[in-house]
Amino acid sequence: MLEQAASIAAFVGQGLVLAGAIVTIIGSVGVLRFPDFYTRIHAASVTDTLGAGLIIVGLVLLGGGFFVTVKLLIIWGLILITGPTASHALANAAFTSHVKPLGRGDLRQPSASDEG
Amino acid sequence: MKYFIGLVVALTAGWFVLSGQTKPLFYVLAGMSVLAALWATARLEIIDRDSSPYHRGILLFSFMGWLFIEMIKANIAVIRAIFRPVGALSPGVTVTRCQARSDLGRTLLANSITLTPGTVTLDIADGKLMIHALQGDGLTSDSFTEFSRRSVVAGDERG
Amino acid sequence: MLVAAALAIFVSMSLMLVRAFAGPTTYDRLLSVNSFGSKTVLLIGVMGFANGRPDFLDIAIVYALINFVTTIGILKFFRYRTLEVSLSTRRRAVADASGERPDA
Repeated sequence: MLEQAASIAAFVGQGLVLAGAIVTIIGSVGVLRFPDFYTRIHAASVTDTLGAGLIIVGLVLLGGGFFVTVKLLIIWGLILITGPTASHALANAAFTSHVKPLGRGDLRQPSASDEG
Repeated sequence: MKYFIGLVVALTAGWFVLSGQTKPLFYVLAGMSVLAALWATARLEIIDRDSSPYHRGILLFSFMGWLFIEMIKANIAVIRAIFRPVGALSPGVTVTRCQARSDLGRTLLANSITLTPGTVTLDIADGKLMIHALQGDGLTSDSFTEFSRRSVVAGDERG
Repeated sequence: MLVAAALAIFVSMSLMLVRAFAGPTTYDRLLSVNSFGSKTVLLIGVMGFANGRPDFLDIAIVYALINFVTTIGILKFFRYRTLEVSLSTRRRAVADASGERPDA
């Protein structure tokens, strides 16, 4: 019974890892397809969140003991903290050096200190 | 001092979990690494209440649970947008007010907005966030009220 | 299946390299390099499990940290044109007052 559960977990884990890898490819396709820098950030963060999440949960299910699980969770935490920080730093650097976001219609470039 | 001791405990626990070593030689190395990390933290001057949020662990975890669900929804939306023609995109910029007062609350809000695919924080100034969104149609400064409210609950002081 | 996943991550890393070469702005290139790095972390983890050696995860952790520091370092250099800007707010204020800080 326990062995069965372990083999099911391993199977599901491998499936999750593969799904995560496919999501990663989709994110990369988005980075290639999207028209400007700011939209590309959104595509890249798909990899950082859903792709990495699926892969790491899958690897946890594959098993490997306490230390391996903790290390996987630490990697996930690192990705979840550093990913957005790096994206924000990139977006902010691009914004302060006046790379204009592409927009539809009356997209102006408001500054953080206007409006109210 | 309380935060200093908390940091030492966290660093030591982290060291043992990552190394898994119990030989005496490694205790010396552990002590040296903890000291080095403490020195770097002290040099950055970030040993304070916000950088040791152990006392609000449960609140942070429930915030993260809610954030995961939002993240999955947003991921599905962005993946759909990737497969649609580029012309269907409607990127836009909006400014929203950040209700959180503490650094931790503001960081939580800006970081979780950036973490959610489809929205990126461009700039933070005077308690206001400028956000770039992939689907800007129908996006107003009220779109992030729920985010803001929850980050206040998780990050700000009680009351 | 793990090998297939590793190959898939490899393909997406190649796509990222295409964006890094195509540009057009510096920020596009930095974004793709950063994303390339986080995919490398995932690839190292998956390869470790595929080879039955989860010890690779230590390398993955170090790679994640280096990747982050690299991106922030390059961005800091682009903004201040030097790396000698203190990250501590108090010291930066002191440097500002004495006019030491290079123009942003």
